[in-house]
Amino acid sequence: MEMSPQQPFITTKLDEFTKWAQTSAIWPMTMGLACCAIEMMSIVSPRYDTSRFGAEVFRSSPRQSDLMIVSGRVANKMAPILRQLYDQMPDPKWVISMGACASSGGIFDNYAVLPGVDSILPVDVYVPGCPPSPDALIYALMQLRREIAAGGKANVLARG
Amino acid sequence: MSATDLSIFENERDLTAQPGDERDTLVLSMGPQHPSTHGVLRVMLRLDGETVVTADPEIGFLHTGIEKQAENLFWQQAVTVVDRADYLAPLSNSLCYVLAAEKLLGIQNIPPRAQVLRVMFAELTRIASHLVQLGTHAMDLGAQSIFMYAFEMRERILEIMEFVTGARMHQSWFRIGGLAIDVPKGFLDKMDDFIGRFPERLSDIRAILEKNIIIMDRLIGVGKMTAHEAVEWGMTGPILRASGVAYDVRKAFPYSGYETYDFDICTRTSGDSYARFVVRLDEMYEAWRIIKQAREKFPDGPVTIDDRKILPPPKTEIQHSMEALIHHFKLVSSGFNVPEGHIYQAVESPRGELGMYVTSAGGNKPWRVRWRPPSFYNLQALRKLAPGNLVADVVAIIGSLDPVFGEVDR
Repeated sequence: MEMSPQQPFITTKLDEFTKWAQTSAIWPMTMGLACCAIEMMSIVSPRYDTSRFGAEVFRSSPRQSDLMIVSGRVANKMAPILRQLYDQMPDPKWVISMGACASSGGIFDNYAVLPGVDSILPVDVYVPGCPPSPDALIYALMQLRREIAAGGKANVLARG
Repeated sequence: MSATDLSIFENERDLTAQPGDERDTLVLSMGPQHPSTHGVLRVMLRLDGETVVTADPEIGFLHTGIEKQAENLFWQQAVTVVDRADYLAPLSNSLCYVLAAEKLLGIQNIPPRAQVLRVMFAELTRIASHLVQLGTHAMDLGAQSIFMYAFEMRERILEIMEFVTGARMHQSWFRIGGLAIDVPKGFLDKMDDFIGRFPERLSDIRAILEKNIIIMDRLIGVGKMTAHEAVEWGMTGPILRASGVAYDVRKAFPYSGYETYDFDICTRTSGDSYARFVVRLDEMYEAWRIIKQAREKFPDGPVTIDDRKILPPPKTEIQHSMEALIHHFKLVSSGFNVPEGHIYQAVESPRGELGMYVTSAGGNKPWRVRWRPPSFYNLQALRKLAPGNLVADVVAIIGSLDPVFGEVDR
């Protein structure tokens, strides 16, 4: 990005501008699954306050969100719905797998729980913990911003 | 029926039907991803205009197999999975399980310090849970700022939890035979700070909400339940008490020394959503009173029973004594056996009577851990409460029933 000293405009590449826009306004979807959802709610509370990073606008509709935070264990009954919600989100979109259960099934090694949400969704960032603290989730958000800035799936323009 | 099966919507609206006709209804699927269902609940609403005709909750979207999983863990290990059922009040779950296991083992000499700490933390959990309910319920009704207040207050409690147990949410701190570790230095200062500040913060929230015209409009008279109905439908906890029945497990069947504390059962008689909301506010104050009394009587002494067959010896002893090492090895590798028998143990969780029917076949793992999750029983009242109200009221009613799906679906 370059700022002209005399002229009141900024010159930049469209690609960089898009990335800047995408990193600074990540809108997560309001989708709480289990325990981690409570910690996910905590990140908008005054102490953690993700509005500092432009990510506090939790949208209830998948059509309006960029980021799906899979917050908790995914039961087999929930898995097709999760996939459907992901498919309803517009491109470009990202997925954070929050907590041990979403990432690998966690302590629930049984008939009912999906052993890792990455078997149905392309996950960008995994957050360890049971549940991860809100700080950990914010760190994951920062990692995601780095990923978007570095290319990642943000190159949807180039992809067509 | 699979989740994506849309055949249920077919033939639902008959275009030849006249207004007021029974056929002139619309089926609306609310959830399982909906901000106001407080988790993964799906409600099939049949609507006549904007009025709800029938409401059928569909559950099971968070079925985790916790009961089955507990059967495959040693008695002591199962504390970790029972914690994760009702994730807003993990310590209530583990308290119930631990008390049941202790009864089966015949342990009666839990040290007073452990008893007091159990009560103290169960009540802290109650406050934290009610705060989440309050914040999210108020947010459903449009009051965003209460969520901020409530979560900030909850953070103070989680801070204490993390300080003492090392975990913010799933503490797994209660163990069969006592507590996992004693409280660290500086705990009492933190508690004093919390006890000193809490009533003022609570009255702040009360001042904003209790006489708020919007809250009153949205909640008064919505989802009414008489005392008779509440008992018939198997309601417990704040929902039962809001209908005027003064039933509290802590008073009716005291455990962990609750009989030595002075507190009131908070009741209201109107039985509507507003009564439930006020009962929860009152309960937070009563929980604070119990915590204050627990702080005053806070005794010295050990936090575990002195039984090497149940709990491992202290680390310092393991390094010097062969016998202690053997005890430790046995407990870690094969746990302990619990005499054959079965028992029902109930505790008052923030949502009501949380019961566990634990069966032991004499082995080192529970044979069956059957739950009586209060949310599951309370949620069924939606079928009765929602019809006749508007769609927007369904949100208010679900919020006031305060279901936690980890517990409903297990």
